[in-house]
Amino acid sequence: MSPFCRAHILVCAGAGCVSSGCQAVYEALMNGLTAEGVLGEVKVVQTGCIGSCDLGPVIVVYPEGTFYQRVRPEDVPDIVREHIVKGRPVERLLHKRPNGEAAPTLAGIDFFKKQVKIVLRNCGVIDPENINEYVARDGYEALARVLTDMEPREVIDIVKRSGLRGRGGAGFPTGLKWEFASRVRSDQKYVVCNADEGDPGAFMDRSVLEGDPHSVIEAMAIAGYAIGANQGYVYVRAEYPLAVARLSHAIRQAREFGVLGENLFGSGFDFDLEIRVGAGAFVCGEETALLASVEGKRGMPRPKPPFPANEGLWRKPTVINNVETLANIPPIILRGPEWFASIGTEKSKGTKVFALAGKINNTGLVEVPMGTTLREIVYDIGGGIPGGKAFKAAQTGGPSGGCIPAAFLDTPMEYDTLVKLGAMMGSGGLIIMDEDTCMVDIARFFLQFTQDESCGKCVPCREGTKVMLDILTRITEGKGQPGDIETLESLGKTIKNTALCGLGQTAPNPVLSTIRHFRDEYEAHIHEKRCPAGVCTALVRYHIDADRCRGCGLCAKACPVGAIAPVAVEAEEAVAKAAGEEAISRARKRKVYAIDADRCQGCGACASACRFQAVSRR
Amino acid sequence: MSAILPQTKPQDKPTTASAAPATTPAPPQAAAPAKALRLTIDGREVEAYEGETVLDAARRAGRDIPTLCYHPAVGRIGSCRVCVVEIEGARTLPASCVTPVADGMVVHTNTPAVREARRTVLELLLAAHPHDCLKCERNGRCELQDLAMRLGIRNARFRREKVHSEPDASSAALVREPDKCVLCGRCVKVCNEVQAVGVLGFAYRGTRSCVTPMFEHGLAESKCVSCGQCAKVCPVGAISEKEEWERVLDAIADSDLHVVVQVAPAVRAAIGEEFGIPAGTAVTGKLATALHRLGFDAVFDTQFAADLTIMEEGHELLERIKSRGKLPLITSCSPGWVRFCETFFPDFLGNVSSCKSPQQMMGAVIKTYYARKAGVAPERVFSVSVMPCTAKKYEAARPEMNASGVRDVDVAITTRELARMIKAAGIDFANLPDGEFDAPLGISTGAGTIFGATGGVMEAALRTVSEVAAKKPAGKVEFAEVRGLEGIREATVDVGGQGVRIAVASGLANAARLLQRIREGKASYHFVEIMACPGGCVEGGGQPRSCDPEIAAKRAAALYAEDGHMKVRKSHENLAVRRLYDEFLGKPGSEVAHRLLHTTYRSAEEAAPATGARKEAI
Amino acid sequence: MAAAKTKEKRARLEVASRPGEGVGTCKCQGKTPDDRYGMLDEIIAKHKDTPGSLIPVLHEAQQLFGCLPEDLQSRIAKGLGVPESEVYGVATFYSLFSLRPKGKWTVNVCLGTACYVRGAAACLEAMKKELGVDIGGTSKDGLFTLQAVRCLGACALAPVVMIGETVFARVKPEDIPGILADYAATHSSEVAAS
Repeated sequence: MSPFCRAHILVCAGAGCVSSGCQAVYEALMNGLTAEGVLGEVKVVQTGCIGSCDLGPVIVVYPEGTFYQRVRPEDVPDIVREHIVKGRPVERLLHKRPNGEAAPTLAGIDFFKKQVKIVLRNCGVIDPENINEYVARDGYEALARVLTDMEPREVIDIVKRSGLRGRGGAGFPTGLKWEFASRVRSDQKYVVCNADEGDPGAFMDRSVLEGDPHSVIEAMAIAGYAIGANQGYVYVRAEYPLAVARLSHAIRQAREFGVLGENLFGSGFDFDLEIRVGAGAFVCGEETALLASVEGKRGMPRPKPPFPANEGLWRKPTVINNVETLANIPPIILRGPEWFASIGTEKSKGTKVFALAGKINNTGLVEVPMGTTLREIVYDIGGGIPGGKAFKAAQTGGPSGGCIPAAFLDTPMEYDTLVKLGAMMGSGGLIIMDEDTCMVDIARFFLQFTQDESCGKCVPCREGTKVMLDILTRITEGKGQPGDIETLESLGKTIKNTALCGLGQTAPNPVLSTIRHFRDEYEAHIHEKRCPAGVCTALVRYHIDADRCRGCGLCAKACPVGAIAPVAVEAEEAVAKAAGEEAISRARKRKVYAIDADRCQGCGACASACRFQAVSRR
Repeated sequence: MSAILPQTKPQDKPTTASAAPATTPAPPQAAAPAKALRLTIDGREVEAYEGETVLDAARRAGRDIPTLCYHPAVGRIGSCRVCVVEIEGARTLPASCVTPVADGMVVHTNTPAVREARRTVLELLLAAHPHDCLKCERNGRCELQDLAMRLGIRNARFRREKVHSEPDASSAALVREPDKCVLCGRCVKVCNEVQAVGVLGFAYRGTRSCVTPMFEHGLAESKCVSCGQCAKVCPVGAISEKEEWERVLDAIADSDLHVVVQVAPAVRAAIGEEFGIPAGTAVTGKLATALHRLGFDAVFDTQFAADLTIMEEGHELLERIKSRGKLPLITSCSPGWVRFCETFFPDFLGNVSSCKSPQQMMGAVIKTYYARKAGVAPERVFSVSVMPCTAKKYEAARPEMNASGVRDVDVAITTRELARMIKAAGIDFANLPDGEFDAPLGISTGAGTIFGATGGVMEAALRTVSEVAAKKPAGKVEFAEVRGLEGIREATVDVGGQGVRIAVASGLANAARLLQRIREGKASYHFVEIMACPGGCVEGGGQPRSCDPEIAAKRAAALYAEDGHMKVRKSHENLAVRRLYDEFLGKPGSEVAHRLLHTTYRSAEEAAPATGARKEAI
Repeated sequence: MAAAKTKEKRARLEVASRPGEGVGTCKCQGKTPDDRYGMLDEIIAKHKDTPGSLIPVLHEAQQLFGCLPEDLQSRIAKGLGVPESEVYGVATFYSLFSLRPKGKWTVNVCLGTACYVRGAAACLEAMKKELGVDIGGTSKDGLFTLQAVRCLGACALAPVVMIGETVFARVKPEDIPGILADYAATHSSEVAAS
């Protein structure tokens, strides 16, 4: 391979693109380059997640930064022949702006413009399986500096001054956490990385582990030095096999390079890592449950205090940080706490990665400075709501969080303002909902989730979420009763106040916040037996427009409960006479179909069967 | 004599641990004086000690907080959330049973918010609990009922469907009714941490959570040792002894049967509690009267058999020491312990005394010696025992326990069952005159009395062995060094001018620790007493349930006081026992004695030596 | 050299990108039952001295046998020196462990939030109808086991269905019959081979 490359091709191999078939594209690319005889002149790198997951598979060609989206293997020969060989970008594969204009480069795409990448600095840029590429971007420099030039308390001081707060949910100051653990005297301490990204709809931790695993390893070693631990554990969801594979590979490489193991950088400091794979339990994102799981037990939370900093893994002092938090550490060490603290807001420093998904044009991972408004994220970066529909609300913090309605679109996204709104930052899942989303149904969805995932230890969470779920289910089935809203509110309050762990204490949030902002929707369900968004099937009624019905009967065939039958209606009909004769109009009986509202189950099969858009939903 | 013992390093002192060291707060009188803290509870300044909980401090200050999952014999769990309090500055309402005290803490135990939370939590708990109290064994003596009454529940607002589980009556000793389980976790903790048996565990999660042996098998198929500690701490009717007292009534009503009853020493120290007599009162005379009034044909005292046990076991000990047999000799009075040894420590079976337990010795003597004396065929004798124990039910049912050709003990009932019988018969127990046990098998000594407390068998044996070995009356009657409630105690006592190393353990986790030390050669003894239940038989699984943290000490004190008042306090001075030898058995260890009073043990199939018990416990 | 590296990397990626791994896909092909018990004992021996190794052992055992029946759990309990009830408690606590054998392929319908707001519930209903089973059930032909999962982290492609190791993006309920039929057709050789 020649040292000079005429092009550098990044093929996104993030989980989203893998799911979209990037592996076949990669193979086609390698074959195409070989066929054209230019393989030796081009460097191809499979990177971690670039962020724009809905556009995958994605290829970026440097030096220009040309961004190709939704590339299929059959598109690859064009890219190779036209772009690589002849230097002419393939227009049809470029990203199109909303106005239809093509965006020739990544930098010109709105989705990327407002982003500031600290956590995701290497994702989509380097080959995550090659430690050299990480090192080339100052990787392990921070660890070297810490081990050779700093005392542990200086490291803690830097993290404290940076203002970094935990990115896993509650936003506890990271430096303080480290300080607590460092003060406890013990023969053994642990650093644990929480990569049990449980919030359904958040996948930033996954992307970091898959796209930049060494940043997590480096940060854990730094944390270990700061608190005096020489063993670390990374607890990863089993649902992320690619992350597990890349991280294992990175750990092996790091050991080979001597940045993990004994006597790192000749400092006499030892640190090693082990991966523990979860087995499917959301509650293990709660730190004491996570520790129980690492210990090989049921993931049952235990009361705090004692906090893990005092008594954690195997009752030894333990610091638990989430992936995104850790990924901030090396840049903070290298660029200084003042630099980090200059980004963001007064109480929330740095950036936050959001997983933007739901009813939004551009989905994917977005890293923005703390304090960026929801409007900027939804409209400037996310490109607004598809189909010109109206933004209704954004759900932050997943099942532990709450919704932010349209009236608060200008809210700066930071820890404290979100809590004031009844939502929370959580891990950064940001689900956009439009007018077709029923807020009662969404509340029910989240409660179903926490209910399924409740460990069952404490009464408020085990029984309380079940009772709340039963009430919500009743409401969405049109069996709501006066007083249900008040019961939900009082139960929610009790559960928040009395549950043992964070899962239970936050479980009622989606219900309480939707009641707070969308009480009218609850009332419509309960009092008028109506679902304004037309989602709750038991409340949805279908209707056949007689004028549009052609009497074909497809709907009646499709109806699973036999609720559709033909009826005769008077209709004007133009009867064509033989040539030369005058066309006359006469009244005649015509067969159309109608739905028996009492028997209709609201499944919508008729609407999908109708070819004439005669069936409407009310 | 020291030559026959393996060499022990003197510095290897056994850890004298209480039943649940990890969970029991350090009492204020602990060796190192705990630091005193000051907090305010309901406006009163209260002194507390580091390591205590808010609940401990509040109760000591006379402010009772309602609890459900907390039990002094089990330790802190924190699952039910009934004991929540308001602590100034706290975000939520913490559970007082797991919240450590802190200096300057301001606690409110009875505010409107606290009352509402407790009541809602209890209502939620009742949502999944069957409302069929009338048919429940615990009706009127149920902690859940008491709580509902105390918190003024007048309305069960919530109801949820629960998957029905069939009751498990497979065990000879215990019945589980999972439908009634409130998932407090007491039994799981007792079974795993206090008893190191590890049969009961939580399975599944959330509302599907249940307490069960592996794969929902019946207890009979599990490694359950029938100790019944789970039944004793269960707050509701989910685990109880297998009730057999109706069979006793039937037998009494059957004119063909000669119904004989024996009562274990620990029963007299506790049964009064069931009738409002203060804990710690021995009610021996009332008990004898009550049994006569119930219509038993003969009322005997298991203490007679306890004296007989000392004769046989003392003989065995001296024999083994003399003949350099297998040491240490370990007592065999506790069938829960014997089953534990067979299941988890079969390598120690050769150490266990071949003596049957006093219940079974008595059973054998009744159907042979007594039946002959009374002129009744063994088949017509119906032998009943009243025991503080549930494992005695299991023991009585062991197939080899039929020295006379028919079952030695026909029915073993618990102290609680006897109380039910007495109540059902309309006997005003508290006001009964004192009566006497029947001769000859009702005659006993103080040595037999103290069998009911941990260390009692050891002390009784020492009283006899030291005199027999010295071949002259020794002045010493009381051996204070083996008394007490620490989980493991050890001492060296003078026997015939030689030092005999002894150890006493109660609670099976303590037993496991002690055996492990012996197995590893870290300790060696001549004689070891092991009782399955922490505190010995006074805290047996069949005793009246109590949440009094001092209950074991009070009951033991009652027995020691009774012993102190007895004229004859040494087993070998029991004239009725001597007569039994003269007329029937010959001498201790004789062929007849062996046939009737001794037994053999078998290793439980498939049991993994030691490893079946929890590692942490050992 | 580049080609060799590529090949190696691809092999790695293929292994890595098997989302079914550890989720119940049986890896027992070609092994007699006795082999597998021996392998299980090796797994237990390898982990025995590592603290907290119960979950890793259960993962590996399930990979080997496809599920965790009673005899396996007893063997693991005995081998690791953990009470049986604890093994059972752990095996039933985590949703990825299965006590019963599964179908040839597992159908995972993602019910993460992003998928849900984009219509995953309807896909799940269609899948239940098509397979004739409820969540956790296995189709009569023994081919598909239906599961609902909480977020596969492919939110941008919502709603997502994963069969075996293949991810289907932007699924509509009406696509379901075709997806299943195609999958069964293209993977039927696997059935023959096993």
